[in-house]
Amino acid sequence: MAKMTLEELRSLRNRVQGDLQKRDIEGKDSRIIIGMGTCGIAAGAKETLDAFLTALDEHKISSTSVTQSGCMGLCYVEPTVEVIVPDMPTVIYGKVDAKTAKKIVEEHLIARRLVTDHIFDRPAADIIKKDGGK
Amino acid sequence: MAFRNYILVCGGTACESIKSEQIYQNLITACKEHGIADEVQIVKTGCFGFCEQGPIVKVLPEDAFYVKVKPEDAADIIAEHVVKGRQVERLLYDKKSSTRHARVEDIQFYQKQFRIVLRNCGFIDPESIDEYIAREGYQALERALFEMTSEEIIEELRNSGLRGRGGAGFPTWMKWNFTRQAKNDIKYVVCNADEGDPGAYMDRSTLEGDPHSVLEAMTICGKTIGAHKGYIYIRAEYPLAINRLEIAMKQAREYGLLGTDILGSGFDFDIEIRLGAGAFVCGEETALLQSIEGKRGMPQPRPPFPAIKGLWGKPTVINNVETWANIPVIISRGASWFSKIGTSDSKGTKVFALTGKIRNSGLVEVPMGTTLRDIIFDIGGGIAGNKKFKAVQTGGPSGGVLTEEYLDTPIDFGSLVKAGSMMGSGGMIVMDEDDCIVDVAKFYLDFSVDESCGKCAPCRIGGKSLARILEKITKGNGTLQDITTMEAIGEAMKKGSLCALGQTTPNPILSTLDHFRDEYLAHIVDKKCPAGKCKDLISYWILEDKCTGCTVCGRKCPVGAITGARKEVHVIDQNACTQCGVCYEVCRFDAIEIR
Amino acid sequence: MSTVNIKINGNPVEVSEGTTILHAARQAGYKIPTLCYHDDLVPFGSCGLCIVKQEGSSKIIRACAAAAFEGMSIITHDPELFEVRKTILEMILSTHPSSCLTCIRNGECELQDLAAEFGIREQPFEVRLSDRPKDTSSASIVLDPEKCIKCGRCVQVCQDLQGVFALEFIGRGDETIMAPAAMLKLEDSPCVRCGQCVVHCPVGAIYEKDEIAAFREAINDPDKQVVVQIAPSIRVGLSESFGLPAGTVTTKKIYTALRKLGAVAIHDTNFGADLTIMEEGSELVGRLTNGGALPQLTSCCPAWVDYIEKYYPDLLEYVSSAKSPMQMVGAVQKTFYAEQMKIDPAKMFTVAIMPCTAKKYETVRDESMYSSGFQDVDLVLTTREFARLIKSSGIDFLSLEEEEADNPLGEYSGAGTIFGATGGVMEAAVRTAYHVVTGKELENVDIETVRGLDEVKKGVVDFDGTPVRVAVVHGLSHIAELLDEVREAKAKGEQAPYDFIEVMACRGGCIAGGGQPYGATDILRKERAAGLYADDKNSETRCSHHNESIIKLYDQFLEKPLSDKAHHLLHTTYAKRPSYKA
Repeated sequence: MAKMTLEELRSLRNRVQGDLQKRDIEGKDSRIIIGMGTCGIAAGAKETLDAFLTALDEHKISSTSVTQSGCMGLCYVEPTVEVIVPDMPTVIYGKVDAKTAKKIVEEHLIARRLVTDHIFDRPAADIIKKDGGK
Repeated sequence: MAFRNYILVCGGTACESIKSEQIYQNLITACKEHGIADEVQIVKTGCFGFCEQGPIVKVLPEDAFYVKVKPEDAADIIAEHVVKGRQVERLLYDKKSSTRHARVEDIQFYQKQFRIVLRNCGFIDPESIDEYIAREGYQALERALFEMTSEEIIEELRNSGLRGRGGAGFPTWMKWNFTRQAKNDIKYVVCNADEGDPGAYMDRSTLEGDPHSVLEAMTICGKTIGAHKGYIYIRAEYPLAINRLEIAMKQAREYGLLGTDILGSGFDFDIEIRLGAGAFVCGEETALLQSIEGKRGMPQPRPPFPAIKGLWGKPTVINNVETWANIPVIISRGASWFSKIGTSDSKGTKVFALTGKIRNSGLVEVPMGTTLRDIIFDIGGGIAGNKKFKAVQTGGPSGGVLTEEYLDTPIDFGSLVKAGSMMGSGGMIVMDEDDCIVDVAKFYLDFSVDESCGKCAPCRIGGKSLARILEKITKGNGTLQDITTMEAIGEAMKKGSLCALGQTTPNPILSTLDHFRDEYLAHIVDKKCPAGKCKDLISYWILEDKCTGCTVCGRKCPVGAITGARKEVHVIDQNACTQCGVCYEVCRFDAIEIR
Repeated sequence: MSTVNIKINGNPVEVSEGTTILHAARQAGYKIPTLCYHDDLVPFGSCGLCIVKQEGSSKIIRACAAAAFEGMSIITHDPELFEVRKTILEMILSTHPSSCLTCIRNGECELQDLAAEFGIREQPFEVRLSDRPKDTSSASIVLDPEKCIKCGRCVQVCQDLQGVFALEFIGRGDETIMAPAAMLKLEDSPCVRCGQCVVHCPVGAIYEKDEIAAFREAINDPDKQVVVQIAPSIRVGLSESFGLPAGTVTTKKIYTALRKLGAVAIHDTNFGADLTIMEEGSELVGRLTNGGALPQLTSCCPAWVDYIEKYYPDLLEYVSSAKSPMQMVGAVQKTFYAEQMKIDPAKMFTVAIMPCTAKKYETVRDESMYSSGFQDVDLVLTTREFARLIKSSGIDFLSLEEEEADNPLGEYSGAGTIFGATGGVMEAAVRTAYHVVTGKELENVDIETVRGLDEVKKGVVDFDGTPVRVAVVHGLSHIAELLDEVREAKAKGEQAPYDFIEVMACRGGCIAGGGQPYGATDILRKERAAGLYADDKNSETRCSHHNESIIKLYDQFLEKPLSDKAHHLLHTTYAKRPSYKA
């Protein structure tokens, strides 16, 4: 077996680093929460989830976590996605398909602009309190 | 394709022993059943530390901390949490049965901890070198091989303030420097993984959870001092750690991170594992080296120190696992980062195995300078069963007990010694009001006496003599002269024993005599055991006004020492009673008293 | 060699680099007590008595192991150290019987001496003694576990000095004992009975099998005629038992003492040594000229013979078939001498005074030790037993007249005398073999290269153009490297790098054998050897083949070296022996 050179080790580290960082919760200040209740899944939330993960990967964003939640009670606009970014208002997007997911990553996360045409709501206070209220 | 969820299953020895492997397998099966096997990464990691609550399963990115998980819970975790996004409430860590804590950061057990040594434990798959590399792994080795001279590495260690974690706290840079300066063609690097304090498992967990950190550190040392061969001396009763080390070594060799011409630097280094048979004394460095050489594990006089004359008479650096695990971080993040953690006397963190009468037992890593109170009451959750705190033993059988007044002692090498105990390798055993201090001293002493190698006269004879005197005292046959005799033997052992085992064997007695002399006097003069532990000094009595004549005690007494008719006051025949305590345990009316 | 300057109790002393604090203190005139340290051994550090302090440090160090460093200021004695040492001594005494009066080491015991020095008058600790029985299985050595203080010297000697590994540490902690592996009896272990454990033991836990009673019985038996021989080393060893300086030669006083004890004839093993040279030298010449197995290995040391039979049985063909001088003398005593003196050999009781415990076993090693038709040597007493015998018989040794031995077995050459020191057999053999091979006499019979205490001495002797490659080894642990070379050469079918190897089991040779007075160190070894070499120098005859009595013996009885008769009486065979008897 061919042994590694210094350069090979470094490129291996670069390659695997990203994967591991996704596990790390420290330093992840932004969160994307996808409603994955039965209603959400029926409306295509799984594809949305995949799209978010792919988009984050493509842009090598490691400071954002993607988590799932149950039904947010907004079944008529599923799939719903809550996006929490520091120093930006927390918003809930509705009817987020794969294409929109990509747009949210590029606009909201990278360009730090709200994707206004998909904002459904600001979350209710009780929802904020649990996570965003910290 | 990125994973949407990561499930970390604790694969430490404690959790493995309660079926974490089965949980791991069931999780994989459940994922397959749901058709999401390629969307979820399931990793068996090293110890999470919170062993009291094991087996532990952590699900990311939600950071749900599931405790006391059973194999049959795996299906729920997948079906509910992963598929539906609903955390499995009943498995979440439940601190006071009122609020449920989902996230790790909310759990008090982890709040005051700071992880350097255990940085990868419970996070990476210890059997994957790639995961280690991803977490800055082998970055320190890169620096050591290509960017730093030996002098610079030693300077970095010196500035870091790292002191040996095996017990004595000798500055690590000095050991390395002595060995580096020793003139010899052959030198060795040795990892002391012969952890043996009762209740201690810091090193085992580190090796199980992050074996590469030790391999990397040893290789860095090899380059620094000019050694090409390393040995890891580990006890054979750590099969999981050995297995993970072997896998890690194989992977490192395949990547060329061990072996010849490491990373093309021209530097050769390889490591061999040597199994110990579990003799406590082999944790003493000179005895360990003898054992590696295939001889009977007996300590040798020091000086000469191993740094000058060690394995096979060659200059040898020997550090323990925890010390090694600190090294890559120091080299890659720098001494200035490391030295900011801790106190002026002791830098960095210390891992403790917290056990005894504590609510949250487990493995904790705290910055040096954290107080005993923080560890015992905040991290450890205080005394189990709402009993009163009595004392805490640090430093294992070599250390001493510390009482309530020392709870605010910041933990560092100097402060603990000043308080009359020592850092030791990191055992921390908490005692409550039910513990008899003479009995505790006897427990530690018996351990040390059992583990004495028998080589030097002070330890061999002195230890046994002390044990016999304590035995006498707990049987009610002690005399005041015995205290003087114990102190004289203790002094001679401290000064005349060959190694630290013998030198510290009397510590538990000397320190308890310091803090709890009254309790000794109670045993000797009053022939009483205040904690009600020493069988020969207690008797059980039935209180007439409380006994309801339920007959339970009479039926449970194994020797038929209790008589009495139904609904009448029962009586214990003191001559027949063996002080087993069953009646005391079974009485529902508090009608039995210990005198 | 560079030196370092240190202070011992405030007194400046300059010592060579690497000197231990213990030795530096000796140099400065301070004795640091110890029960485990011995000059022959690597510092072990088990007794805990040699602890000292370094000024300005709270650390306590062991003087036996720690080297002196420039500028050190050492305190060897102060009230604290005294108390600790005394407590440790009291602890040791709490596990040691106080039966000094009936102990073989009474008056010669290191523990007894220290207890006296420290003025220990009472026993503050509960006494706990071992209840393990004595091991009396060996013909040579007795182990008494009750008296053992577990200093570890015997194990170090057996393993490091001798490479025999008969004794081990067994058990742990308070249960630790020194015994053969698997708790076997000594006789069933690889023990070669060299007795080095005996002379290094600080107390009476290992000692020679005392057979003085058998001597008295024979002397007092009107039917027995006691005939005695004394080994080369006795003449320099015994003197120490009577307070004379080491190396003092007392041969003729010893003869007188033996006569006073009632021996009918006094012979000298030196005669046997000369005889051995004739036989063994001729054998060597034969091997050299007839293409026999080389190197030839000497065979006069019974512990060494036992060692090779146990550890290198595949190399037995190299061992000279010549018996040891003692056995040769015994065989000649009960045949030639008995015939000449008209003594019934059945009634002759042959006694050998030997510096050696293994000799006690050698007398019954195999059937060839009965070549006279009787047991050739009936009894072996060590130097120490002999000293006790003299003292208890009321003989004032120092004021004895000097008498001669009885001929013809009392005459000897200087070559016979030096058999007692390492290199002596080689030197004696070369003196004669040179003559046999070249027909000439050596001009200078002093072969200095094979003398001295270097562990392995190698050299080439020029036999008038024929180089003979010789090696001399003492201390059994050093023989393995040479035997491995021989074994390797044999396996490859090549010539081994030696022609003749002398082996003596004990460091320094028989002068420091397991039966000699206690306390041998290299200083003493040199003094004892010097006594033998001086005796050789002063001898009229310095080569074995010039010993008139030897020449006569061949003329009148043995015909010539290696004759059939000589073979029967003076040669033996060897066999593989198991290291461990199940």
